[in-house]
Amino acid sequence: MNTATQAVDLLPAYLGNHILLSVSAIALGMVISLPVAIASARSRRASGLLLAGASVIQTVPGLALLALFYPALLALSAVTTRQFGFGVPALGFLPALLALTLYAMLPVLRNTIVGLAAVDPAIKTAARAVGMTRPQSLLHVELPLAAPMIMGGIRIAAVWVIGAATLSTPVGQTSLGNYIFTGLQTENWTFVLFGSVAAAMVALIVDRLLALAETGLALHSRLRLAAASTGIAALLAASLYPLAGSADTTVVIGAKNFEEQYILSALIARRLADSGISAKTRSDLGSTIIFRALVAGDVDVYVDYSGTIWANQMHRQDEPGRSAVLNQLTRWLAEKHRVRNLGSLGFENAYALAMRRDRADALGIRTLIDLQTHAAELKIGGDFEFFSRPEWAVLQRTYGLRFALQRSYQPTFMYRALRDGDVDVISAFSSDGRIEQYGLKLLEDPKGALPPYDAVLLVSPQRSHDRRLEAALKPLVGAINLPAMQRANLMVDGDKRTPEEAAIWLAEGMGGLRFGVGREEVRNGRRHQVRQH
Amino acid sequence: MIHFEQVTKAYGGNPAVLRCLNFQVRPGEFVSLIGRSGCGKSTTLSLINRLIEPTSGTIRVDGQDIATTNPVALRRRIGFVFQGIGLFPHLTIAENIGITPRLLGWPAVEIKTRVRELLDLVRLPPTCESRLPRELSGGEQQRIGLARALAARPRIMLMDEPFGALDPLVRDELAADYSVIHRQLRLTTVLVTHDMTEALLLSNKIIVQHAGGIVQIGTPQKLLSAPADEVVAALIESPRRRIGQLTRLLEQGSML
Ligand SMILES: Nc1ncnc2c1ncn2[C@@H]1O[C@H](COP(=O)(O)OP(=O)(O)OP(=O)(O)O)[C@@H](O)[C@H]1O
Ligand SMILES: [Mg+2]
Repeated sequence: MNTATQAVDLLPAYLGNHILLSVSAIALGMVISLPVAIASARSRRASGLLLAGASVIQTVPGLALLALFYPALLALSAVTTRQFGFGVPALGFLPALLALTLYAMLPVLRNTIVGLAAVDPAIKTAARAVGMTRPQSLLHVELPLAAPMIMGGIRIAAVWVIGAATLSTPVGQTSLGNYIFTGLQTENWTFVLFGSVAAAMVALIVDRLLALAETGLALHSRLRLAAASTGIAALLAASLYPLAGSADTTVVIGAKNFEEQYILSALIARRLADSGISAKTRSDLGSTIIFRALVAGDVDVYVDYSGTIWANQMHRQDEPGRSAVLNQLTRWLAEKHRVRNLGSLGFENAYALAMRRDRADALGIRTLIDLQTHAAELKIGGDFEFFSRPEWAVLQRTYGLRFALQRSYQPTFMYRALRDGDVDVISAFSSDGRIEQYGLKLLEDPKGALPPYDAVLLVSPQRSHDRRLEAALKPLVGAINLPAMQRANLMVDGDKRTPEEAAIWLAEGMGGLRFGVGREEVRNGRRHQVRQH
Repeated sequence: MIHFEQVTKAYGGNPAVLRCLNFQVRPGEFVSLIGRSGCGKSTTLSLINRLIEPTSGTIRVDGQDIATTNPVALRRRIGFVFQGIGLFPHLTIAENIGITPRLLGWPAVEIKTRVRELLDLVRLPPTCESRLPRELSGGEQQRIGLARALAARPRIMLMDEPFGALDPLVRDELAADYSVIHRQLRLTTVLVTHDMTEALLLSNKIIVQHAGGIVQIGTPQKLLSAPADEVVAALIESPRRRIGQLTRLLEQGSML
């Protein structure tokens, strides 16, 4: 299947979610800002304050605004759970809706206030003189006269919101942004282009429809109004698509923001589909967000790595060995969060520092101890999370690493930067297919500063006793070894295949056939052992 | 019908817009308020239907102190025609004319027949009902403004320079038409104007305002024969001078 047809296949779900989210945010934004603007329009001071506040919100970058709602809702959820016994979802639709609603408010507020202020005072006096009360004057005279201006504000809000909705993917809300985020990650430029063009088209169409409604209102043209309402009704119908068939029983599969996670979530989705369990995927979630989401039940199943939880959630810095880490982790997850560890998939995806082989050999660097002597002249690049993770602090402390420069990259560009010599060392994942592709050397960690990173299959508290789910997922435990995962990752990174194709390849391999190829590669010396356990 | 007792009006930056106004308008009278621009004519008129509240003093309409009446109900039983016409640009002619009856909750059919009646009264074709104000000429718009003010069958009409912006021919025609309507419907009218000829020809009582006060109240004949001071004299001088000029022009014509 080529990527274009795949993009088209995903369109109904992505587009439907995108429109549902945008329409809800615009509607909620209007429901809030219109009355507020009308109430404040008579007082210069009140409307001034309001506009200033809204402008401040507008200057917060869209992505940041979306990101901020996640912890806010999480805190709120903790309170409601304690007080009333139910939580609010902190991931997905709600945070995206709230952030975008704030975004939609400014243009509507501003244009309503300005539009009402611009109504000819003589007309307002006339409205009083013919015997209108204040509300009648607003309803029959001032608002209709300000309508074109207000409509202009709604159009601006619609265009902004539809654009900004693409940013809601990382907080777990499916949107046309899924094309962009996934495409960026897998260097699938068809996806990126497809997502951008689709979002722009939606914005354009909505803008034209609203313009049509506006002129229809102004000219009392039934035809235009009918055309505009038909168009808007069609959009609303499209937005209901994601609601259809998504019942409470739908299992939510989580994925972090890199290829391996896309592949594994696709693999899980296939397993569930084969067992007749309806599921949907939320991808591009950050490490911490996805774990909290699992605990809160916003995500039901995903693959994490033992070391990540060990260092980031359990705040452990010791390293008792691979099986001890797994045992303690499983117990801690069950006792502390009622999260179930179904088991290890069979491979490790460790954080490790990597260099270009030629450069490492030239400097004589093989281990992190060797790196220490050269660090001061070297530049390091990391993914967006790496430098804020506890593992990095431990690494720095253990090996006394001080680099000349440190920079964060989106992983695709991090590898490019290393290849092009912009940085000398990067944070890499041991199962990443690009290590092979770019001829990289993973530096050994003789002091055992980094914990093991076994891929483990985690299930949320409310699904932890779901027998059907367990039965569907259990075959994955122990079924994927490192070469198989590396090969699958390379299919996506190097061969530009889709994560779904890689997942199919892995699923077929579980019959045993393809994994033979994997072992072949191990014998050919292409396996990378990061650390000894 | 309308009584002003010791009425004053001050604005923050303008302490003596109106100083102690005393006058009355009897039922069926046609009263003109006249004076220089800025002397407070519009303010005086707007006090009558409480578009503006007085700083002190009492205004009675039909014997009742209007400070104690509901302003919305008061305005619905007084017709008001504006200096700037003030039609609602987004409403059709029929909707503009029918607005006060609609606010009063008249049944739709009754409003419809009333609109027809009024269009006939102000001598406009019923075909203009569905048009918007901007699709009419200035003179036609002012006729609609008049029809709208008359729609709910008010007993009192307040008119603020209703003919001011029109060309002289249309203006004379409309003024003459209104004069007939005033008598036919037995209205009580207060007209603001700065055109002395208009005031002299239309009204049976003229109130001359100057610098926030009233300098003379009287019939047109009284003003012409005995102007109270030089302000009134200057006001009536203008129509007189024009009559003189016209007469001379006619004499020259007959000599040729
Ligand atoms: N809202 C207001 N605030 C302050 N001053 C005002 C206000 N409205 C009117 N005035 C002042 O009150 C005075 C009388 O105004 P008004 O409109 O009654 O005059 P007018 O006789 O109708 O003049 P014109 O013939 O030009 O229409 C003017 O000096 C005007 O500047
Ligand atoms: Mg005036």
